[in-house]
Amino acid sequence: MSATTTHDEHHDDHGPDKGIMRWITTTNHKDIGTLYLFFALAMLFVGGAMSLVIRAELFQPGLQFVNPDFFNQMTTMHALIMVFGMIMPAFVGFANWMVPMMIGAPDMALPRLNNWSFWILPFAGTMLLSTLFMDGGGPASGWTLYPPLVLQTGDALPFAIFAVHLLGVSSIMGAINIIVTIMNMRAPGMTLMKMPLFVWTWLITAYLLIAVMPVLAGGVTMLLTDAFFGTSFFQAAGGGDPVLFQHIFWFFGHPEVYIIILPAFGIISQIIPTFSRKPLFGNDSMIYATASIAFLSFIVWAHHMFTVGMPLAGQLFFMLSTMLIAVPTGVKVFNWTSTMWKGSLSFETPMLFALAFLFLFTIGGFSGLMLAIVPADFQYHDSYFVVAHFHYVLVPGALFGAIAGAYFWMPKWTGHMYNETLGKVHFWLSAIFVNVLFFPQHFLGLAGMPRRIPDYATQFADFNAISTIGAFGFGFTQLLFVYIVIKCVRGGEKATAQVWDGAEGLEWTVPSPAPYHTFEDAPEVR
Amino acid sequence: MNDSHTTLAGKLVVLAVAMFGFGFLLVPLYDIFCQVVGIGSRTGTPTAAVVSEEGPDTDRRVIVEFIANRNQQAPWEFRPAVTSMEVMPGKLYDTSYFARNLTKRELVGQAVPSVAPGQANKYFKKTECFCFTSQEFAPEEGRDMGLTFMIDPDLPRHIERVTLAYTFFINQQVAAN
Repeated sequence: MSATTTHDEHHDDHGPDKGIMRWITTTNHKDIGTLYLFFALAMLFVGGAMSLVIRAELFQPGLQFVNPDFFNQMTTMHALIMVFGMIMPAFVGFANWMVPMMIGAPDMALPRLNNWSFWILPFAGTMLLSTLFMDGGGPASGWTLYPPLVLQTGDALPFAIFAVHLLGVSSIMGAINIIVTIMNMRAPGMTLMKMPLFVWTWLITAYLLIAVMPVLAGGVTMLLTDAFFGTSFFQAAGGGDPVLFQHIFWFFGHPEVYIIILPAFGIISQIIPTFSRKPLFGNDSMIYATASIAFLSFIVWAHHMFTVGMPLAGQLFFMLSTMLIAVPTGVKVFNWTSTMWKGSLSFETPMLFALAFLFLFTIGGFSGLMLAIVPADFQYHDSYFVVAHFHYVLVPGALFGAIAGAYFWMPKWTGHMYNETLGKVHFWLSAIFVNVLFFPQHFLGLAGMPRRIPDYATQFADFNAISTIGAFGFGFTQLLFVYIVIKCVRGGEKATAQVWDGAEGLEWTVPSPAPYHTFEDAPEVR
Repeated sequence: MNDSHTTLAGKLVVLAVAMFGFGFLLVPLYDIFCQVVGIGSRTGTPTAAVVSEEGPDTDRRVIVEFIANRNQQAPWEFRPAVTSMEVMPGKLYDTSYFARNLTKRELVGQAVPSVAPGQANKYFKKTECFCFTSQEFAPEEGRDMGLTFMIDPDLPRHIERVTLAYTFFINQQVAAN
């Protein structure tokens, strides 16, 4: 667009605007990617602080620090912030930075939309957080917002629902942008099957987002009309059924968990081949496995709600279809492992995080299989076992995937190598503390400790104390990550264009740091 | 703006809007599903079952238990007249629930039934029930509300105990009108 008016200048010469307006008005995919990533990093600490309130309260039995109502607000807000404010924006940030560079495109297809989809986020996040200061406090029903409980929320209810709407709009716009970019802007020769795995996983994730975020928007809109406009979608007194909300929520909620994990799968699929110095084993089967997981995610939702009562045939269907997901997921885990087989491995920080992902995500996958078994689920439902399960797939799963990606591409973004020693320290502390934090929660759940309670019976005291120590250790370790990032942005050893000697792909052909505009002339892909 | 971008983005917006609609379509779909399998409470206000008394199944006894629930804020006294009965499938029985308005204003109540186990739901036939209509109460009024029911003889053999629970809600919709 601007190329026609500035033909007398070389493109590298006109850089970004100066000062704050650069960030507010930017339509550059790299700037917007950076904004997303820093927003996500900030939210990691906001949501993390809430989880430390939870863990501090659970350090000992009895009530020490907060009252039960505030405790419930913390469990709810921690989840909402981490899911919608942290991990999803983090992966959209990666997509913004990397997708155009990986497919040889000059920018995202819809740059102004891109600016808008980011700048909605800080407002939505602020609105969500502001509910904590309202009369009656923030939402305290759990992030699943089940009625009738959520309808007892005070003034915060419409604000929380509107914040969810805005966050949904932001991610739908981001998803549309990513799909249009991938479908329309690939460099000549970049066929769909030649696309890097990260681009593939994001393409599928973006379709999932467009398919299910609107369903959540519909569900919370029904909550809003039930609360304020006299409808009875979920109010039993008027002929509604609260269980209907659970179906709507989990029709969104289960694809949502793959929205969170698939981009991490993509990042891991870039990192493991690089540090094994081998191409990804079974590249095509990885693509089909990702697509199968996405398809299956639409037909398994009711495994989140076995205990509400459903016909035997329904229980069997949802149990078996859930277990079927283990097949494509197993294909991925075995392909990653096979990629490393006889590879020339080296263990830089991104690879360490990727390996921890591989081990610990698989633990989370197995506990998921246990939860899929209906008769066992009746025992585990709403216990700490569930908490342990989904934190294993979300923290050493999705979050480690994001951290691994940050270390992997940081030299390309900043032009400097991060401090490898500090990176390794960050890895080992994170990997140890995350297990101290979440592993005991399996035992707590199996012993019968329910989730979302501020107090518990004394027999659970020891494992809770261990878990809390792990939580504080893990939380403070992440400050080291911030230090490493800032240090790397400010300076450090110059990075080469290829950065890692096993790295392959278009993003490694441009200089480090990546120029403000890349691939204005499309590269040729053989 | 590139035309092919606009076209594809437009299609994706249509998909997103359609999925928003699909969220609402889940409501009637859920109702149909519940009617087919006989679960859920969205099947509208329950209406009287038409039963032909084929004569009771005299060899069989089923325990029917009665539970009364009210929400924390609901200012009712609400309890069943008897907490359990031994019944013969195929025979009509009468019982009642007692409710009292504990406030000094008029209240409209709506009882919503729930049967456990869920499998027994469609075999629990009510020919007359205070849950069919909303119940108006004068200030501090208390009264018995009748219920006539029959357990269908087709009730699966392994079910020997059926629990009927009513939750007595304040019906805000009716109260507002």
